[in-house]
Amino acid sequence: MPSPTRSDQAMREPAEEGSPQPAGIVERLVRDDVDRKRFLKMAGATGAASFGAFVLAACGSSSSSSSGKSAATATTAATSTASSSTGDVAILNYALTLEYLESEFYSKVIAANLFSGAVGELLQKFGSQEDSHVTALKAAVSKLGGTPVEDPHGKFPIKSATQVALLAYTVENLGAAAYLGQAAKIQSPEVLASALAIHSVEARHAATLGTLVKKSVTPQGAFATPAEMSTVLAAVKPFLG
Amino acid sequence: MSDNEIINPELAQCEVHGMTRSAFILRGALAAGAVYGTTAVAPFVSQALAAEESGDVGILNFALTLEYLEADFYNVKGKSLALSGEARKYAREFGAEEAAHVTALSAAIKQLGGKPVAKPTFVFPATSEKTFLALASVLENTGVGAYNGAAPSLKSKQVLASAGSIVQIEARHAAAIDLLIGKSPTPNEGFDKPLMKAEVLSAVKPLIKA
Repeated sequence: MPSPTRSDQAMREPAEEGSPQPAGIVERLVRDDVDRKRFLKMAGATGAASFGAFVLAACGSSSSSSSGKSAATATTAATSTASSSTGDVAILNYALTLEYLESEFYSKVIAANLFSGAVGELLQKFGSQEDSHVTALKAAVSKLGGTPVEDPHGKFPIKSATQVALLAYTVENLGAAAYLGQAAKIQSPEVLASALAIHSVEARHAATLGTLVKKSVTPQGAFATPAEMSTVLAAVKPFLG
Repeated sequence: MSDNEIINPELAQCEVHGMTRSAFILRGALAAGAVYGTTAVAPFVSQALAAEESGDVGILNFALTLEYLEADFYNVKGKSLALSGEARKYAREFGAEEAAHVTALSAAIKQLGGKPVAKPTFVFPATSEKTFLALASVLENTGVGAYNGAAPSLKSKQVLASAGSIVQIEARHAAAIDLLIGKSPTPNEGFDKPLMKAEVLSAVKPLIKA
């Protein structure tokens, strides 16, 4: 097992460098210390757990008591937890909301014309991939007999290339964690296959952005940490129009 | 991206050493392919896998073999080559992470009452940083497809969550390596294509010596 140190540092950097800044949305998300500590705690527990992936699941549920149930606590939990919504349609609509936000984010970034060349092309590519996720998820919700949620028309601070890249890194990491948090709760194997196909693409985006902002491509080490729906929704709340 | 790009020229050129392991006997033809569009995110996957023998222990043992392969690739082959810069950094980091996956999967298999498969002997055709990275790209992308293909067949939600937390790392590795060698970090665009066991085997079996 790799020591958790590396990932700790990678995650901690932005939190510690900061003297109090205007509490912009970016700063909140990137520097959200409470969230970060919880993440670190979970990542640390995972890193220390030489006896494996099962422990990962177990650690998730015990160390995140303040934030709700672990993703790994599976289906029974899924039907009874917080989000007043149940089942695959609810999960897909949750994912759709996140994809709408990502899609909107990239389109604003591209419109701001902060990036050129290869990086600009990558961001454009990622944006169109998020668009395709929106399309796919809407179709999936409809196919299951549900009603796709409305586009929340996210609002994002677009200030500088550095700030945007960092925000993108944060958003993509959050997105990957969000999908991971739902995987074990999905009932339909087809929906699961879809979610997994998207999940790993979000992970690819996150890693790519990690290289752009000179941060770890695997900030949590060998095992990615899931994020609960409530945690994710709280994190993106500032972006909801 | 077509299968032919994933299961790719670097591997096609590999020398095949001896027989493949019995656990790796191919059954049936390769799934002819990408029934896989933007919205059609793969109803066929789970059916295809459900038809295989494995069960959770079988799937985990299959994953374990891939992780052995990746771990040896970075930690043995990687160390034997004069890698530099990012390549060296990634080989070290990713090698440690693959080793952690090996440990985790072995433990998970035992916890389910199964017996972890023994580590095969591998042979990697990489002789330079360039060929090393090209092969790394193939292995990582194949790993992503393998987990995504197998996961819907897992019975245990706990095992599924664990597999998910591993595949996310494989995807991150794949993207980082692909960027480094000037390839797209998202070779399958918006939806990673799940690979069926037979497809994965055809990609990795030239690397398995015994």
